[in-house]
Amino acid sequence: MARNPQTLLRDYHAARWDEEMIMDLGEPGERGVKVPVAESEITSRVGDASSLVPTQLLRRTPPALPEVSQPRVNKHYTRLSQETMGSNVGNDIGQGTCTMKYNPVSQLHVATRHPGMTELHPLQDESTLQGILEMYYKLQEMLKETSGMDAVSLQSCGGGQAIYANASVVRAYHESRGDHQRDEVITTLLSHPANAAAPATAGYKVVTLMPTESGIPDMDALKAALSERTAAVFITNPEDTGVFNGDIDKLVQAAHDVGALCVYDMANANGLLGITRAREAGFDLCHYNAHKTFSTPHGSMGPALGAQCVTKELEPFLPKPIVCFDGERYSLKYDCPHSIGKIRSFIGNASLVCMAYTWIMNHGADGLREVAEVSVINNNYLYEKLKDIPGLTVYFAEGRRRLEQIRYSWDPLFAETGVGSDHIRARMVDYGVQSFFASHHVGRHEEEPLADQIVSEAMTPEPCESFSKDDIDEYAAVMAQISKEAYETPELVKTAPHNSSIHNVPIPFMEDIVTQAGTWRLYKKAKNLD
Amino acid sequence: MVKKKIGVIINPVAGMGGRVGLKGSDGAEILQRARKLGAKPEAATRSIEALKVVAEQEGQVEVLTYPGEMGADACRAAGLSVTVIGSICSGETTAEDTRRAANDMAAAGVDLILFAGGDGTARVLLDVVGLQVPVIGIPAGVKIHSAVYALSPRRAGEAATEFLQRDSVKTREVEVMDIDEDAFRKGEVNARLYGYLSVPDTRRYLQSVKTGGIRSEQATLKGMVEALIQDMEKDCYYIIGPGTTTRAIMEGLDLDNTLLGVDVVRNFELIANDVSENQLLEIVGGGRAKIVVTAIGGQGHILGRGNHQLSPGLIRKVGKENLIVFATKEKLASLSGRPLLVDTGDQQLNAELSGYVKVMTGKRDFVVSKVGF
Repeated sequence: MARNPQTLLRDYHAARWDEEMIMDLGEPGERGVKVPVAESEITSRVGDASSLVPTQLLRRTPPALPEVSQPRVNKHYTRLSQETMGSNVGNDIGQGTCTMKYNPVSQLHVATRHPGMTELHPLQDESTLQGILEMYYKLQEMLKETSGMDAVSLQSCGGGQAIYANASVVRAYHESRGDHQRDEVITTLLSHPANAAAPATAGYKVVTLMPTESGIPDMDALKAALSERTAAVFITNPEDTGVFNGDIDKLVQAAHDVGALCVYDMANANGLLGITRAREAGFDLCHYNAHKTFSTPHGSMGPALGAQCVTKELEPFLPKPIVCFDGERYSLKYDCPHSIGKIRSFIGNASLVCMAYTWIMNHGADGLREVAEVSVINNNYLYEKLKDIPGLTVYFAEGRRRLEQIRYSWDPLFAETGVGSDHIRARMVDYGVQSFFASHHVGRHEEEPLADQIVSEAMTPEPCESFSKDDIDEYAAVMAQISKEAYETPELVKTAPHNSSIHNVPIPFMEDIVTQAGTWRLYKKAKNLD
Repeated sequence: MVKKKIGVIINPVAGMGGRVGLKGSDGAEILQRARKLGAKPEAATRSIEALKVVAEQEGQVEVLTYPGEMGADACRAAGLSVTVIGSICSGETTAEDTRRAANDMAAAGVDLILFAGGDGTARVLLDVVGLQVPVIGIPAGVKIHSAVYALSPRRAGEAATEFLQRDSVKTREVEVMDIDEDAFRKGEVNARLYGYLSVPDTRRYLQSVKTGGIRSEQATLKGMVEALIQDMEKDCYYIIGPGTTTRAIMEGLDLDNTLLGVDVVRNFELIANDVSENQLLEIVGGGRAKIVVTAIGGQGHILGRGNHQLSPGLIRKVGKENLIVFATKEKLASLSGRPLLVDTGDQQLNAELSGYVKVMTGKRDFVVSKVGF
C-alpha cells in the first residue's frame, strides 16, 4: 500500500517467498550458460583441455554444483534480496559508519561488463595493461590530492588490510632508523576497532585512550601514554560520535614530539572530502576505504579496496608493485628494496579501482566537496528531526555540531519502557526501513544480546549525500512512531517484527554453527541429508 | 524556600576492621579484635570532610543529630550548628543506637538522612526508614557494596548540598547489598541484595552497585593473567589485592588465594595468604615489590575499598610506579567515563596517585585511565 502522505509511514509487508536453497532448485541438466565446444583449429593445436591438467589434480567425481537456468538464478537472488530488504529495496540510512551511498549502475557496468575490464588477465604483458594501469595511476594522483599525501598504494583489498599494511610501514620505518624499542601503538576507544586490532595483529602492544565527555580524546591522557616506546598513534577523526576533533594537529604534534608516527583512519571520509586533509593536520599516513567514501559497493566481506596514503619519507616502504608513469607509459615497479613486500595477488582489486576512478571522475573536485557538504547537512537535518523524540538521547559533546554521523542512545526509552535498541531494530523493518547499525563497540551477553560497552542502547544512522530530504523525513517519522509505540504499547515493539518475511531470530540460534551451516556439505550433514 | 531539615548519623566504629585485615567491623567480638590489633576509628574524620561541604549552606538548613561520636562532635568540628536529640553511652555504641537514631530522625520529619558507615549501617537504615526518607551514605566502612554510598566523603557532602538547594529533587531507589562477613573471612563472597533505599538522583555522586562480570570477560582475563605471569620479575614480591579479577592471577599460578584478602607471591611461589598491613610491611622489608589491584566495577576504586591493608605507608614504600592496575575493559566501561578512584586516607598520597595510569586490560593491551580522589 502507498505511503501515508501525512505520517510518511508505510503499511508495509515483506515478500515471503520462503525461497529454497539454490542447490534445491533446477533440474538435472538445466544450464545457465552453454559453454561452446572448442574450435577444431584450437583442439588440433593444444589438444583436449582436460589433458592439460595433471591427472593427480583431476577430480574423481564432478563437483556438486547447482544446475539452474539464468531466469531461475535471477528470480532466486531477487527474491532473497526482497526477503532480506536488500540495498536496492529499503532505506538504509541506518548503516552508520558504513557510508551506504548509492553505487551508480553505470559504473558497476563499466567495471564488471565492459570488455576492456572483463577480458583483462593480470598475467598479460604490461604493455597491454596500459588502460587499467592508467586508472590506477590517476586514482593514486587523485587520492594524493584529497589526502595531501605524497604517495598512494592501491594494493590493500579492504580497510583492515590497509591499516595492517600501514602498521607494517610504521615498523619498517622505525627499523630502518635502527629504532627497535617502539612496540606500542596508541588508539582511542571510539576510533574504528581495526585501529587497535590490525596493529595488534601486526605484533604491537595496544594502548587505548578512553573518551571524555567532550567526545574527543583527552590530550593529557595521550601525553601520559606517549613515550619512547610509542611507534604510532592510529586514530579516526571524527570518531564514531561524529564530533570532529579540532585539536587533531596538536595531538599529532604531541606524538611527533616523542618520535612516533601518526596514522589517520579516513575509511569514512564522507564529511571531510575537499574540506580538510590528513596532511594539513600533520599525519604521516592515512587510508581510505574506497567502498565507503568512493562508492564501490560493500561486498559482504569483500571485494573491497583500501587506499594507503603516505608522506615522501614513508614512500619506500609501501607494498609492491608500485604503479609508475614515465610521461609516456605506465608500468609496475617490483624492484623496491625497502617495501613491506607483496600483500595481495597480482595488482589487487582492479574492478574496484575502476569504480572509484569512475565515481571521482563523474563528480570532479567541486563534486567531492559537495558530497561532504551535503552529507554534513543531511546528518544535522536528521539530528534536528530526531532530537525531540521521547526516549532518544545523544551522549558526548552536548550541543556540538557533528559531521557525517551521530551515535544516539535509546537509554531513556529503555529505562522508561523496557524497549531497547534491539527491539527498535526489529520493529523498523515493519515500516519498510532497514534496521540500524548499533555500534562497533558491542559486547554480547545473555539477557541483553547487544549491549554496547560505551554507549548503551546505541544507534548510529548516517544519512550520506545519496539520501533525499524525503528519505530522511521518512526515517525520522519511523523513529518517532516506534518511540510512541514503545510508550503506549511496548509489547508491540518488543515482539517485532510483525510484517517481515520471518520473525526475530534469536542470537544463540544464529551463532550455532551446526544449524547455521555455512556450506552445502555442512548443511546436508546438519540435516542428515546424506 | 522552606528550610530543609537534615539528619546526621555516624556509625563511629565503621571501617575499623579494614586496616587490620578483618574485612568488616560488624559485631562486638570483631570490634574488640580490631581494637586489639590497633584499629582507630576513621568514621568521624571522613564525616567531617562531608559535613564541611554542608556547612557552606549554614543558615539554610536545620541539622538534627545524635550526641557525641554519633554526630554532634563531627558536626561541630565541621562548623555546623545542630539540634542534638536522643542519648547514647559514649564509647559503647552498637547497631541498636543507629537504629534508634534513624527512627527518631524519621519521626522528626527530616528531609534527608546523611549517614556515615558501611554496608552494615546501610542495612540498619533500610530496616528503619526504608523508602520513607531519602538518604546519602558517607563511605566509611570496610565493605561498600551498596550503591547508597557516595564516591567519596566530599561527594556525599556535595550530593547533600545539591539536595538541600533544590525545591524538588527526584529520587531513585538503589540497592542495599552486604556480604556475610563470616563467609567473607573464609574467602566466599556472595553479595546479597537486602532491599532498596531512596537516594537523590545525582548519579555522578553515588556509587553504582558493583557489577558482576560478563561471559566474555573470562576469556580476556585468561590472556591478561598469562601476560602478567610471563612478565613477573625474579625475586620481586607481588602483592595481590582482593577481588575476582586479581584472584585469577593466583589461580593462574595455581596457588591458594584469599578472595577478599591480600596475598603475596614471589618467584611464582606463595609467600603468605590474607595478610595485614603490618605483615605486608614486614614481608616486603627492603625488597622490591609490586602491588596488583583491580578496580571495583561501577565504582572505580582501586585503593581504599576492601583493600585497606594496602596502606599509605606500604604504597609509599613500594612506590607508585610499582602499582599495577589490572582490570578488564568491561569493568572500565562500567564507570561510564568516571575516573578510577583512590581513597587511601592520606590526602597527599591520593594527590600523588592522581593523574593517569596505564591499566592492563588484556594480553599486550592497555587502557589509559584517569585517576582521581
